[in-house]
Amino acid sequence: MRTRPNYIAGAAVTVWLLIVALPLYVMVAASVQTRPEFSANGPLSVPTSLTFENFLMVFDSGFGKYFLNTSIVTAGVVGIVLLVVPPLSYAIVRSQSRSTTLIFRFFLLGLAIPVQAVIVPMFYLINSVGLYDTLLGIILPTAAFALPICTLILSGTMRDITPELYEAMSVDGASTTRTFLRLVLPLSKGGLSTIAVFAALQGWNGFLLPLILTQSESTKVITLGLFNFQTQYGINVPGILAAVMLSMIPVLLVYLFARRALVQGLMGVGGK
Amino acid sequence: MTTLLPPRPPAAPDNPAKGRPVRAGRARLNRPGVAWTLPATVFFLLFAVVPLIAVVVLSFMTWTGLGDPKFVGTENWETLAGDSVMLKSLWLSVLFIVLGVATQTPVSILLGVWAAGPQRNRAVLSAIFFLPLLLSSAAISVLWRALLDPNFGVPAQLKWLFGDGNLFGNQSTAIGVIIFVGMWQFTPFHTLIYQGAAKSVPPVLYQAAEIDGAGRVRQFFSITLPQLRNSIITSVILMVVGGLTTFETVLILTNGGPGTDTTITAFYMYEEAFRRYNFGMGSAIALVLVVVATAISLIMVKVSGYDKMRSTMEGV
Repeated sequence: MRTRPNYIAGAAVTVWLLIVALPLYVMVAASVQTRPEFSANGPLSVPTSLTFENFLMVFDSGFGKYFLNTSIVTAGVVGIVLLVVPPLSYAIVRSQSRSTTLIFRFFLLGLAIPVQAVIVPMFYLINSVGLYDTLLGIILPTAAFALPICTLILSGTMRDITPELYEAMSVDGASTTRTFLRLVLPLSKGGLSTIAVFAALQGWNGFLLPLILTQSESTKVITLGLFNFQTQYGINVPGILAAVMLSMIPVLLVYLFARRALVQGLMGVGGK
Repeated sequence: MTTLLPPRPPAAPDNPAKGRPVRAGRARLNRPGVAWTLPATVFFLLFAVVPLIAVVVLSFMTWTGLGDPKFVGTENWETLAGDSVMLKSLWLSVLFIVLGVATQTPVSILLGVWAAGPQRNRAVLSAIFFLPLLLSSAAISVLWRALLDPNFGVPAQLKWLFGDGNLFGNQSTAIGVIIFVGMWQFTPFHTLIYQGAAKSVPPVLYQAAEIDGAGRVRQFFSITLPQLRNSIITSVILMVVGGLTTFETVLILTNGGPGTDTTITAFYMYEEAFRRYNFGMGSAIALVLVVVATAISLIMVKVSGYDKMRSTMEGV
């Protein structure tokens, strides 16, 4: 009986597939059409000829620079997260003291702090330490707000390391640091790649922090580039859609390679 | 979101090799101390918690971004209490949240339960469904803004469906668009929550129901839904916090308009602080957001953390 087709779910799934796929189709189709062709045929048509002029136009308007800035921000966020989260998670999972338990609770509460809530003081803080309009000024707060979720994910993975393995290390006389480097890190590879992907997404997709904390063209990131592009060239729909598509490509590539890590991590967030 | 603390691993059995003297404290030898948590904690304190405290202080000050903030007591709060736009923004936030939950929940439950099932094409479709979650709110909003453009977008082509096609020029359709785009973006995440939960429903429940002659719909309402109860709570709370802090979507799709018709509280905070340079007022509005979000997260801690263990195991 459980293998009988489920028509209600089937219908819902088909409708949802259309809702998800249609906009993506329109985006790809529009981005390879010329403006006159697009206006004449409308967004739902099948392109009759291929052109890359939209992509060239997007690059001429400075997208290469935005790409570079976003890549730097992303790398910085991933770097910080990979540097500070593993020792934290190791202590949370492995230390049995009251203080680490408290610290874990503190990071869990941090999950509930929205960036909007602290954006005004953040503006003040970044201004007063002279990091306004620098990429580092975006990287630091973005990384800080990625910590709670990454800690939650990585501690979940590290908890799977069995006590016997720690025992063995201990019997061999390994220090805490050696245990961390030789046992914990190699066995948490899955979790480490998940938090790296998460941190990368936060860095790549960030909008509010760059919007508030930068202003000049030389520090503009890709999400802000898209936003400005739309305000300036609102009527050039194929151009805008080409820009949106370019901004998505790296994320889609990562998704192709890290789908499992990502989905597992997100499922863990939701709780079962 | 689980808030259960890690179960303490059983204390390492003190079982030294025969004949060797037990060294005092060996069991503690490779336990990291609190120093291991310091880099992350200090960093997090500096960039998340200190600003959170500062927002309280700033809400009692005026600051235009130039010079130093000045203390003005409760002036911002008094202004805010009588501010019609603030009240309207809170009402709009509630509307957003309620409509968001009402549209995302049924779809993600249906999709999640389906994705947990045995269909063969499930993996491929799930991979496609997941895509919107990866894209930035900015990219998604720009995409939908272009798709729904009154002159060049889909509405111009489907006049029978969209009328004059200016979806952004009218309050109810503008809200509708923002809700819809939020649904497009976040349904995959909630689908994942329900997929995980639906997978862990004990199959014995369905077998028993089949013996009793219960049909599929009956099984869904009598078994699946009650078993998903805690996931529904978690998911709804996440939707509420997400809805409360929706920002890019509003900025890019409607810019708060027409007029202030889609100015929800998070967007109003941005306008007050960064467009009118009333940083004190902006802080006060931000604090309202924090209080509401914290209240919700505390409920989350209580409901999703502690109730979970027993309640879904009823009748198993």
